[in-house]
Amino acid sequence: MANVLVVTSGKGGVGKTTSTAALGAALAQEGEKVVVVDFDVGLRNLDLVMGAERRVVFDLINVINGVAKLPQALIRDKRLENLYLLPASQTRDKDALTEEGIAKVIAELRDKFDWIICDSPAGIERGATLAMRHADAAIIVTNPEVSSVRDSDRIIGLLDSKTVKAERGDRVDKHLLITRYHAGRAARGEMLSIDDVLEILSTPLLGIVPESEEVLRASNVGTPVTLSNALSAPARAYFDAMRRLRGEDVPMLIPSEGKGFLNRLFGRKAA
Amino acid sequence: MTLFKLFKRGSAPIARERLQILLSHERDTRNRPDLLGVLREEILAVISRHVAFDPEKVQITVERGNTVSTLAVDIEIPHRRRMADPVPHYSRLAFDTEPAPRHSQWTNGLV
Repeated sequence: MANVLVVTSGKGGVGKTTSTAALGAALAQEGEKVVVVDFDVGLRNLDLVMGAERRVVFDLINVINGVAKLPQALIRDKRLENLYLLPASQTRDKDALTEEGIAKVIAELRDKFDWIICDSPAGIERGATLAMRHADAAIIVTNPEVSSVRDSDRIIGLLDSKTVKAERGDRVDKHLLITRYHAGRAARGEMLSIDDVLEILSTPLLGIVPESEEVLRASNVGTPVTLSNALSAPARAYFDAMRRLRGEDVPMLIPSEGKGFLNRLFGRKAA
Repeated sequence: MTLFKLFKRGSAPIARERLQILLSHERDTRNRPDLLGVLREEILAVISRHVAFDPEKVQITVERGNTVSTLAVDIEIPHRRRMADPVPHYSRLAFDTEPAPRHSQWTNGLV
């Protein structure tokens, strides 16, 4: 049975697209058939983060409008054969994203894939509500920072009211993914701690992705971080999160300040 | 939050406290997010049954205090004879050059 996931946050720039790409690639490496869908009409970026920007011919809007068939718009990843991308359109015509159109596309994707990961645009407008509309589960990406936490709370409210599942009296499973976590700053009381965020949002934790230059490097080269450097700290965090999504019981380790061998040797590089 | 605590623990506890207060309020109002919109519509509907006014010239403000909040509805009501002026451009000119002073015009506006 297919799982429809929405990766959402309210606030922009917290790591929705990075997380969509990383989790999609992680699931595909386990042999799951995955499609990542970009809902950010007019500001698509998932194609760029996935390194497929030059292979986009048709997009989600074309499929909804009937200009292209779904298989024509799906881009198969060059590294992982069971990972696909459905790009957003780069034109600004957001009205083309219709409720019925999305319902049809999602239904068709459900037949073809094990996992459908919808990368939501920032905000709480049409694009964001349509991205979450058909979700079975939601990943709320949050930075340990006041505006991000507040927006996540708002998004959680929408997930509980504006989704098909919620309207049927059912519940969308919610998972909190804390990204850009800096253990040192949290330990020094300069940044909200994991416990703070969990207590405020009271949503189950899916994973903690530490702040890392590997994430930037991955987007620079257009490879999900779970492919570009699978052993890096953020990649391992995403792999753990992926296993939890699949129902595995993976112990949650709160990243501590990097006091590894190299760090001790060279001192702390970044505050 | 003492200064000592601030120095010792950084600013995260302040962030946490602010968020907890803010979100408890926002969650309360989430189920009726457009209370102000509904109030505005219904209040204006009642008043427009009796007085003619420009819906653009209405201000509704809410001030939240510690124990009470105040809702202020400020409606600009033009003089009726000007509204009924048979020469539209003339009446408009009159409006532009001498706008009716606010607040003191209730009786005038109603006659």
